[in-house]
Amino acid sequence: MARPVAIIGTGQTDHCSRRQDVSIPEMIHEAVDRALMNAGLSPASATSGGSGGVDAVIIGNMEHFEGIHLSDLWPVEGSGGFGKPGIKVATGGCTGTSLAIAAYYMVASGLYDRVMAVGWEMLSASAGETSTGIVTAFDPIYERPTLAGAISALAILACHYGERYRIPPEQAALAMVKARLNSSKNPHAHLKKPVTVDEVMASPMLSYPIRLLDMCPTSDGACAVIFASEEGVRNSAGRPSWVRAVASCHNHTYLGDTFSGSATYKNTLQAAARLAYRQAGITRPRREIDMAEIYSPCTFAELEWLEDLGFCGPGEGGRLIESGATEIGGDIPVNPSGGVLCTNPIGATGLIRVAEAAIQVRGEGGERQVPGVRTAMATGFGGSFWNEVLIVSGER
Amino acid sequence: MVVLPYRYSAGRYGSRFLEALKDQKFLASRCRTCELVLVPPRIVCAGCFKKMEEFIDLPPTGSLTSYTQVTFPFIDPFTGEKRPIPYCYGMIRLDGADNTFQFFLEEKDIRRIRIGLRVRAVFREEREGTLRDILYFRTAEIPPDAET
Repeated sequence: MARPVAIIGTGQTDHCSRRQDVSIPEMIHEAVDRALMNAGLSPASATSGGSGGVDAVIIGNMEHFEGIHLSDLWPVEGSGGFGKPGIKVATGGCTGTSLAIAAYYMVASGLYDRVMAVGWEMLSASAGETSTGIVTAFDPIYERPTLAGAISALAILACHYGERYRIPPEQAALAMVKARLNSSKNPHAHLKKPVTVDEVMASPMLSYPIRLLDMCPTSDGACAVIFASEEGVRNSAGRPSWVRAVASCHNHTYLGDTFSGSATYKNTLQAAARLAYRQAGITRPRREIDMAEIYSPCTFAELEWLEDLGFCGPGEGGRLIESGATEIGGDIPVNPSGGVLCTNPIGATGLIRVAEAAIQVRGEGGERQVPGVRTAMATGFGGSFWNEVLIVSGER
Repeated sequence: MVVLPYRYSAGRYGSRFLEALKDQKFLASRCRTCELVLVPPRIVCAGCFKKMEEFIDLPPTGSLTSYTQVTFPFIDPFTGEKRPIPYCYGMIRLDGADNTFQFFLEEKDIRRIRIGLRVRAVFREEREGTLRDILYFRTAEIPPDAET
């Protein structure tokens, strides 16, 4: 029987395109320090172990981007992981949510009372060149020659979705307009300048139908989240945010099989959401979930995934955004932080979704706070189109 | 320029697929349990976790189920240099297959491509049993008018 697990602290850097002022361990330490402070643990307690601090530190980043090997080696000092159990998690874009789920497992199992999950990425190390690395994630014989990283893979998805439901690109652009309005209220967000639909439509085409301003940026940043058992929650600061559901759904190896136009297609977001809703006892997601931080790496994906999560019907994602329902004041606010469209330090990106969900439950969102959040959702997307869903709540 | 060569094994089924390209055929595997026909062929059907032991030759024709035109520059891990852009590629449902095959399109004008477009593989004259034996997929019907 799994023990109850709560998030007792979150910390993140102020993300940007280039952290020239810090090394990787220094950047990670900023997020770790903030998470310990937020949890009411002293920075010294991170290394003391036992009941005072954290018992284990698990680390994740999206390998292949910084050109370094053994990416679990680098953050030990900055994270307080010296002498403690540690595991590296690397599941592509999903890394951050996989970290959260792994930390949850470690605490829920009864083996640890406090586990810190740390996700990080310093994409400026490779001048933001992520497409090359992502191409090498896929089959070298059949799919690398054509693939142009996440951008073209998402373009294939967007083209199929857009033509199927005749989605005007201006409707997809609204996801970016909303994202930037929200990120301007988030001190940690990377891109904060508001944009208009016209500006999105005038931005250069990257891979039809995705334009520059339909796509997430590449960022430098780190995020740390502390998970605790009931015992570990004691003497921590702030309102514990209890993990009510975790679900992960893996996908095929080949993009030709994962693609939604194929008979082998499995909608892993729908499947993960269904599992999570069952665990949390949610039957009417739009009414019962107070806010969601979903891992939408491009505007078109956000539209489609609102549908997969059951917030609206098929082909209605764009109209849901248009209606204002997904804004901070709407009935189902989505990505009040500005989301992945504004901030994307890849190995941290999924964990930031989880942190933001916990922040909202804890009522620590400042200008981006959604009023009265009791139940919040976070999703992760990555690898070969696989998805993860977590639900956190103020009630155990 | 630093050359970092890697040698990947195509495997038992993949080798047969690549050999079949010499005869301008696409080899697929068929699952006896769920009857899905998958190209390239693979040893296990993911959904059933059953060994796939039946092979089918598919014709070099199919329909486009999605497409894109890549117009942004990036470093190609095969060459270490910028991949030539623009280029169009698509997800092709080969006739008789259940999944899609991702490959280059001959057409360079995105306005002359649409979902459902019939396409046919064009092979090189000299074929040596690699994916490069396929040049691209050529539009095999009157394309939509580029002006509309």
